[in-house]
Amino acid sequence: MPSVMLKKNAEGKLVFYVPKKDLEEVAETVEFDTPEKWGGEVLLSDGSKYYFEPIDGQPDFPVTLRAKRIDSGE
Amino acid sequence: MAALTKEETEALIQEVLEIYPEQARKDRAKHLAVNDQSLEKSNKCITSNRKSQPGVMTIRGCAYAGSKGVVWGPIKDMIHISHGPVGCGQYSRAGRRNYYVGTTGINTFGTMNFTSDFTEKDIVFGGDKKLAKIMNEIEELFPLNKGISIQSECPIGLIGDDIEAVAKKANKEIGKPVVPVRCEGFRGVSQSLGHHIANDAIRDWVLENRDGDESFPTTPYDVAVIGDYNIGGDAWASRTLLEEMGLRVVAQWSGDGTIAEMEKTPKVKLNLIHCYRSMNYIARHMEEKYKIPWIEYNFFGPTKIAESLRKIAALFDETIQAGAEKVIAKYQAEYDAVIAKYKPRLQGKRVMLYVGGLRPRHVIGAYEDLGMEVVGTGYEFGHNDDYDRTIKEMGNATLIYDDVTGYEFEEFVKRVQPDLIGSGIKEKYIFQKMGIPFRQMHSWDYSGPYHGYDGFAIFARDMDMTLNNPCWKQVKVPWKTDDTSKVAVAAGA
Repeated sequence: MPSVMLKKNAEGKLVFYVPKKDLEEVAETVEFDTPEKWGGEVLLSDGSKYYFEPIDGQPDFPVTLRAKRIDSGE
Repeated sequence: MAALTKEETEALIQEVLEIYPEQARKDRAKHLAVNDQSLEKSNKCITSNRKSQPGVMTIRGCAYAGSKGVVWGPIKDMIHISHGPVGCGQYSRAGRRNYYVGTTGINTFGTMNFTSDFTEKDIVFGGDKKLAKIMNEIEELFPLNKGISIQSECPIGLIGDDIEAVAKKANKEIGKPVVPVRCEGFRGVSQSLGHHIANDAIRDWVLENRDGDESFPTTPYDVAVIGDYNIGGDAWASRTLLEEMGLRVVAQWSGDGTIAEMEKTPKVKLNLIHCYRSMNYIARHMEEKYKIPWIEYNFFGPTKIAESLRKIAALFDETIQAGAEKVIAKYQAEYDAVIAKYKPRLQGKRVMLYVGGLRPRHVIGAYEDLGMEVVGTGYEFGHNDDYDRTIKEMGNATLIYDDVTGYEFEEFVKRVQPDLIGSGIKEKYIFQKMGIPFRQMHSWDYSGPYHGYDGFAIFARDMDMTLNNPCWKQVKVPWKTDDTSKVAVAAGA
């Protein structure tokens, strides 16, 4: 359950940062990404997958959230 | 000597690894790589931020060095107590040349050493009482100090002193910020964790001090310079450029910085990060908590300076953008003259670097502006994200080495035969005795500043002065002597 710092980059894409692992990665897809609901599975550009408990509405980026690691992509 | 090809470089790494026992060889192999610009991520080719192997020569420091020496030490109007035995503070005192304005011992304390001077008694019975006592003494002797930080040395963590409680009590008594920092030297694998711990201490004990206080008048052009330690005056050379383009520099972290500046930083509009490795943590925190965006910039060499000034200006309105162009145009004649003078003398020379956490990639542009080529680079304590940023800066088939050992570095140098090496004081005399020009790139070899346009002129002069010094012709090293002495060496062996 790593703490993940999430922010939007200049292109509006989600940037994923895990301080403990120095992992800085752009998110390819987010399962739920609408004004009403946000979260679910997030696929990073290195192929790894993380899961965020879906929440109502968009989080106020930048924000730190707990994620579950599903797939390391290796 | 011609540049090595990818295969040759790979063979060189294998050859150097040969001497290690199997276990060490396996581990060290992960830290050495041939640069491949097509890679997006460094973790495919290099491992970093791991514990050094026992038995090898490493030049890393400790968490205390990262916190007291790098992040906290330069904050000039605070007194930083090296809490523990006397040596850690005394032997690192003033060595980093973080310049500042002020009267030392009266209102600034940068080059002084304050220590609780632990003895056996303090280890056995605990040092909390002593700490409380010396803070009162400090208040009495140096009443113009603006705060105290307690920089823990190893024994503090080992004996379990409660410095936080002492700090809270002292804070109430003296009414100034008292910051306990848990930067015991044994934490982490290098000074890098010390930077992180120091950043966290600033976050927890300093940054919130002026939350809700709107008395500080702000402008839309407020920025903070973060991760510039004013080595030889670096931050001043950077600050003038930012101010000339119309920005207002509210805080300098932490070279020539004050605690008041740090407390005001949450009010700025943009954080400018020079040393990413040591202060990205606090920038990320401010981004989340105060919604202050941050960008990395690079003030080494005119190409990178212009690039950075434009990148910074793009985040502001047209007056700043015009200001940036004006600054670049204003200094053009100056830096063109520097390049015209030194480029012919330095053109085509090859450099190997091995520095801390930022310069291995940041100074590449400055060398390239002088027509030089960086053929090998590496970080003492860089992380993966540093190497991610390095891959694109370095040429293909160049050497990248993480936490390089004394033996590896010497072997690489013998083979690659660079014209100049930039690294630390512990490497300096070894390579000079090998007949290779050397610049100490941690504190600019007692020179500087190297940042900004003013700094570039000094950088170019220093590189020329070192590289083209006639003394190198006088140095006779075993593998460069004439035939007769070769015979003598062989006979002697």
